[in-house]
Amino acid sequence: MQLTLEFGGGLELLCDSVKIHSVNVDLPAEEKKLTMKHLLAWVRSNLIKERPEMFMKGDTVRPGVLVLVNDCDWELSGQLETTLEDKDVVVFISTLHGG
Amino acid sequence: MEASHGGDKGKSRLCSICNQRRPALKRPKTLQQICKECFYEVFEEEIHRVIVDNKLFKPGERIAIGASGGKDSTVLAYVMSELNRRHNYGLDLFLLSVDEGITGYRDDSLETVKRNEVQYGLPLKVVSYKDLYGWTMDEIVKMIGLKNNCTFCGVFRRQALDRGAALLKVDKLATGHNADDIAETVLLNILRGIYSPNAYRGFAREFIKDLERIRPRAILDIIKSGEDFRIATSTKMPEQGTCQRCGYISSQKWCKACVLLEGLNRGLPKLGIGRTRGVNSEHRKNQQIDTKNIQSKPCGTLDF
Repeated sequence: MQLTLEFGGGLELLCDSVKIHSVNVDLPAEEKKLTMKHLLAWVRSNLIKERPEMFMKGDTVRPGVLVLVNDCDWELSGQLETTLEDKDVVVFISTLHGG
Repeated sequence: MEASHGGDKGKSRLCSICNQRRPALKRPKTLQQICKECFYEVFEEEIHRVIVDNKLFKPGERIAIGASGGKDSTVLAYVMSELNRRHNYGLDLFLLSVDEGITGYRDDSLETVKRNEVQYGLPLKVVSYKDLYGWTMDEIVKMIGLKNNCTFCGVFRRQALDRGAALLKVDKLATGHNADDIAETVLLNILRGIYSPNAYRGFAREFIKDLERIRPRAILDIIKSGEDFRIATSTKMPEQGTCQRCGYISSQKWCKACVLLEGLNRGLPKLGIGRTRGVNSEHRKNQQIDTKNIQSKPCGTLDF
């Protein structure tokens, strides 16, 4: 599944200072849908190069990191349970860095 | 954006204000699900009400907008110029930026401020630590190392805004502090005196964001608590005066910036750090100069 992932507010520093990543994420085995929960685990092992604790806490993002799926706050789409589709755009913005 | 399937994810409801568009966020303040357009509208209208109700500005005033190029001050610059135009406040607005002299740190954000200058048609003034104090942050870090350098940077930035405001001859200075910042300050003020400040600074921010996840209004509630503080009548409050050396705001004989600067210029960089009061308490400690050449690191790579 082709996705565009964008990191901002300082989070890009954790992935080689690259803000926009076009990625291909495969469906997890025996799953029919790709969820944000799976995507976060994928990002953590494939894109984050340093200090993953700045991005995640437990199995979700660290408090203070905004997540937008197609320009919409993921709180409205079910957070970790949000299902993703081909060509979706997911944006992560840290609000913990200085404004 | 493809509205068709993007819409599916929030399809259960429409914006609770206009009832027409797909909601894009949930306001922590009201828990309302609202669309982008309605968010801008209520956000700008609320700021306008606060400005009017508290009589923050008078027609003809000159106002500096502290601009770092980050998201908060960029929003501030937009909102101030937009409301000034829309509601005819009659204000003369200026952008004021501080260049700390950290290699590779401000360059990007100063570019953003220059874009703000063009986009909103606001004159920009940049003041640098080098011009104001004779030292860049890179030079300060070479002298003192990475421990305590944030104290210098923070104290100097605060006064740099005052000095820039004086240079621009403005009546007021607006800064883009957000609710998270204020709530953090309230917590730090409670914790101050119990713990060493640098031990919990990062923790306070993480703590309020943890609270917010459980209860989105928590941040506004902390601010309300801060506003409702009652100070014991026996408590001696600091009085705002002026520094005998530089003339800018200080509650002491010498302002913190002058104490720190004196330390740097005399090769006693620990002057004014921690609980020793240096000039303001008459006894000074002779401290070793740390001449280790440590590479300056932008704060962004240390912590965010």
